[in-house]
Amino acid sequence: MAEVTKLIHKYLRHDKKFPHVWCPGCGVGILLGALIRAIDRVGYEKDEIVLVSGIGCSGRLPVYVDFNTLHTTHGRALTFATGVKLATPSLKVIVIMGDGDAVAIGGNHFIHAARRNIDVTSIILNNNVYGMTGGQYSPTTPYGMRSTTTVYSNIEQSFKISELAVTAGAVFVGRGTVYHAKLLDSLIEKAVLKEGFSVVEVIAHCHTQYGRQNRLGTAVEMMEWQRDHAVNVEKAVTMKSDELRDKIIIGVLVDKELPVYQDEYEKIRERSKAAAGR
Amino acid sequence: MVEGALRAGCRFFAGYPITPATEISEILSVKLPQVDGTFIQMEDEIASLGAVIGASLAGVKSMTATSGPGFSLMQENLGFAIIAEVPCVIVNVMRGGPSTGLPTFPSQSDVMQARWGTHGDHPIIVLSASTVRECYEMTIKSFNFSEKFRTPVILLIDEVVAHMREKMVLSDEEEIEIFNRVKPTVPPEWYIPFEDTPSGIPAMANFGEGYRYHVTGLTHDIRGFPTSRPDEIGPFIARLHRKISQHFSEIQMADFFQTEDADTTIVAYGSVARSAKRAVIEAREQGLKVGLLKLVRIWPFERSAVEKVLQNSKTLLVPEMNMGQISREVKRVNRGVTKVFTLNKVDGTIITPEEILNRIKEVVA
Repeated sequence: MAEVTKLIHKYLRHDKKFPHVWCPGCGVGILLGALIRAIDRVGYEKDEIVLVSGIGCSGRLPVYVDFNTLHTTHGRALTFATGVKLATPSLKVIVIMGDGDAVAIGGNHFIHAARRNIDVTSIILNNNVYGMTGGQYSPTTPYGMRSTTTVYSNIEQSFKISELAVTAGAVFVGRGTVYHAKLLDSLIEKAVLKEGFSVVEVIAHCHTQYGRQNRLGTAVEMMEWQRDHAVNVEKAVTMKSDELRDKIIIGVLVDKELPVYQDEYEKIRERSKAAAGR
Repeated sequence: MVEGALRAGCRFFAGYPITPATEISEILSVKLPQVDGTFIQMEDEIASLGAVIGASLAGVKSMTATSGPGFSLMQENLGFAIIAEVPCVIVNVMRGGPSTGLPTFPSQSDVMQARWGTHGDHPIIVLSASTVRECYEMTIKSFNFSEKFRTPVILLIDEVVAHMREKMVLSDEEEIEIFNRVKPTVPPEWYIPFEDTPSGIPAMANFGEGYRYHVTGLTHDIRGFPTSRPDEIGPFIARLHRKISQHFSEIQMADFFQTEDADTTIVAYGSVARSAKRAVIEAREQGLKVGLLKLVRIWPFERSAVEKVLQNSKTLLVPEMNMGQISREVKRVNRGVTKVFTLNKVDGTIITPEEILNRIKEVVA
């Protein structure tokens, strides 16, 4: 049996009626594959994984996978994940969000989860647009681009999600693309294994909405753009800012150690019991 | 309320500071870690209820506490807890509104928000309390109902009751009834997480117990997967309502005080019920046949209790610290049988026994 067939049999839900909701050529499937391969390599049991998502195209990912899965309200995935993790720290919590999900409606939750260093892994699929609702501009839509709500061009500056995560205090931040599938596998694996708040930003294409409206070509052409514009973080440090202007820096941006919330809270429990004289 | 929550088995609290509910957070932040529970202060009330729902799904009894403005923010995830059938308790210490309103003054103006605040057709259980002892008891009841019916339960308290100091004796030997969610006993491959059982309440597996299933805020089929089939949507929404409505009698809670021979019955709840009780006593001293129906369960509305007092009362009086939210329900049940009078106060002060007594004399005359 082919390796991929074994993974499909093991990790995809047999009782969930396919086909899935994503457009042909979408990058979410590549992310799903990367996630499953990473988890298989790490060796976690399916029972101990809680896969949480918000709303949007990316939000539909957990339903197909045979873990404990939780499809929450728009932007709030990290708040639910915080509750799950703190209530039962033995569970491995992974959160899938989109760009609108994570840094527009859920932006506040994102920076605070990072600041607290809650031990969850956030995977953010950044396709620069609200795809499911029909292609409206998101906080990561670049300046000057077109969407169904910026038909005269986008006049807002865009967020850089990974850089935001770094500033907010995430202990692991990695950026990949759906073109660089092997890098994505390894980034997710590292993030899942990291204790504390880890972030993987996945640059993806939405040829159906964002690509079509901006005449960026087919899914394949948009993935070729990712190939041509991605620069590894090691190489990026040797480049001038002019050369980096239209580039995406990929690789591990941050990997550091900070006290993890649940470990710190355990100390609070001990302190409170001592104070109560027990 | 804190004592009730801890005795009911609450081991997770997430909240955001807000007057006049902050004391609950402060005390739980001290007490929860002592019993290996978890307290966390979130970035807002949306996040607070999100964390509470997550913790409950992971198997820990959870609650939050807030006031009007925060309760407004919670409406989004309240709907999630209803559709995904996640037990949790939300305390709303009501203050004057709209908006920031009157942070330190009492009010009962969230009665309808508690009923209809979140979008969509949904059932809800809302309890109230008018004494410190009742705060304790109703918190336990709130947890029991939430666990039993797999639904969020709202405890609606007004600022007067929340800040009241009363003596209460709690014994460790005291027998309290605690209900824990029913877990599946079948093997995981047989488990149907949102099964249409005769009781309407499916067994609930916690995350990590081997029953891997999907939880979603989308309308879902019995396996938890999103559905757009009318033959699955209709029965699901019907079951959400039925699981509460067919157990109405189990959650009936209303106190009758001297209503048997009363010509005039006051229908009140929360701190106003205290003033009303005093007014009844004074009215009786003055020869007026007045009784009190105290509502403890606010929603679903105590229809049968109101119908009972309608049998002998010629006049009903509904005093409330709002513009008339429960009185609308009383009038709906009354259907023109007797006269229903209101006494509404929205100036941030309590309704006194004297005011109720004067109003009684007015309406009886």
